This record gives sequence, C-alpha cells and structure tokens, in this order.
Amino acid sequence: MQEFEPLSRGDQPKIRFLLVDDSVFARKSLSRMVEAFGGEVAGEAGDGCSAITEYDRLRPDLVLMDITMPKMEGIEAVERIVHEHPEARIVMVSSVGYQDNILAALQKGARHFIQKPVKPEALYEIIRYVVNDTQTPVPAGKGGA
Amino acid sequence: MKMELIQPFVNSLDAVVAEIMGCSAQISDVVMSEGSSRQRGFAARVCISGDIEGSILLELDETAAKRAAKFLTGDEGEPADDSANAAVCELSNMIVGNAVTQLNDRGFKFKVHPPETYAVDGNAKDALDTEALVLRFETPCGIVCLDVAMKYNLHRTAEPAIVTAS
Repeated sequence: MQEFEPLSRGDQPKIRFLLVDDSVFARKSLSRMVEAFGGEVAGEAGDGCSAITEYDRLRPDLVLMDITMPKMEGIEAVERIVHEHPEARIVMVSSVGYQDNILAALQKGARHFIQKPVKPEALYEIIRYVVNDTQTPVPAGKGGA
Repeated sequence: MKMELIQPFVNSLDAVVAEIMGCSAQISDVVMSEGSSRQRGFAARVCISGDIEGSILLELDETAAKRAAKFLTGDEGEPADDSANAAVCELSNMIVGNAVTQLNDRGFKFKVHPPETYAVDGNAKDALDTEALVLRFETPCGIVCLDVAMKYNLHRTAEPAIVTAS
C-alpha cells in the first residue's frame, strides 16, 4: 500500500474510527487502510445493532459502515445513530452502489459513499473531506419548513 | 436466462479479481446446469430478490481462495481454511454487489442478501428450481467458478428495456 500523509482533525493526534461490516475480512482490510492513514481503530461491529451500541460507547470521530448486514442493515443504523448524534460522521462502504442505496444513505444522514472493492487512495480523500467538513447535514424529514 | 443479465457478473468478477488478487480472469468454459452445483474448493452463495430472484455461487479452488485471503488481510503465511472461506464470502459480496449495481442502472430493482459460506459434499446439487449458468474462469492465481441461477420474478409488472453497451 502506498504511503499517506497522516490524517488529523484539529489538535487531535489521531482520528478514531468505528468499522462496521459483517465480514471480518472487510473490517481487517479497512483496519489496515485506517492505520496506513494514521488513524486509530477505536472499535468494530458486525451488524447495525452492534454499531449503534458501539457508537454510543466509543463516540468515534468517523464510522465506516457497510450496508448489507444481518440483524440490521447499515442504512437503518445510520438513521438511528444520526437521530441521536446529529454530529456523527458516517461514510458508507458497500459493494452495492446503485443510486437508490446511495440516496437513501445520504438522506438518513451519511456523509459520503464509497463502493467496494475500496481503493485506499479514494477512501483517504473521502475521509479527509468528511473529517474537515464542518457542516452538520440535516437528514431528510428533519429539515425546516 | 438472457446473456444481458449475465454479462454484468462477468464484468464484475473480472474487475474484482483484478483489483483484489492482482490478476486477470479468462473464461475457459460455460455450461448450463440444473441448479447451482459445487465441485471443489471454497464457495460462498449470495441470494438476490426483487425483479429477478435467485442465487449466485462463487467458488475458488484452494490456491485461488488462499491467495485472495492473503491479499485481503495482508497477512504473511498460509491462510487457514476459515480465512479462505471468509475471503470467498467477501469476494462474492463484491462481485454480486457490483453486478447488481450495473443491472440496477438498467432498471432492475434488487435486494442483495449477505453472503453465506456454501459447504456441501462434492457435486451436490442445490434444490433451486432454476437453471444455472456455470462460468469457469482461469486466472494465474487458480480456478474461479461462478454459478448464476436467476429467474424473472413473475410478479414484476414489466421488463425494463435493456440497453446493450456498444
């Protein structure tokens, strides 16, 4: 894997990540990338329910979230996390990249989307954009008049 | 089964194998079979539902599966069988996900279910009442087979127009 300039957020030395995917391999692969970016894996979850619990417990800076998972899918988990934590920064990472899925995730409060197989350089740019984005998105249905 | 439905899976397998395993895949054989079948190696199945229903079975021989496991984890040393199974599950997820994304762009609506390890005795047949197209690929990393068993959902109201890429 190529070398990356370590990502940072303000005066925080390391960005803390929560990795959510039912595939141990996908989490391991993402974990390698996160570490190559100078980040720290604060925790992992294998389904949407566990992701909510782990988000509450760990309060990570950024979540990398799969969509197709058992028990609770990623889009529903995004909706629930963002409902409780509007400041949550969640990037969807899924092999299913059709427009309906992407729009649904963004409408529920996800900040970005990347399709598997993940290219490290593409993920790096997305993470850099999302961690430096100061705007808090308003999920669909929560907007003003 | 129309080839227009199969082509996205072929394209997707080619792209994912190139990206993950760093090698090319060439089709060496195509046969029709009654239901999905498994010959040997490590296999995973992904079910899809929606406008088209069925399942896609991805099978890698031991060499290819263990190579995929090494690439996905970055670990040195010989991967265990569990790792090979998990690697094939993740590859199947990527291949099917990318293929249904292409089909969705042509108007088909799907739900993709999580991949499952598919472990049966050699030559066992699935109980699926669907004809499967078995595509065998040769790669420098080993043999990869893709069984695509799909049929139109009879409850669909209309078939979207398929535009063949020129």
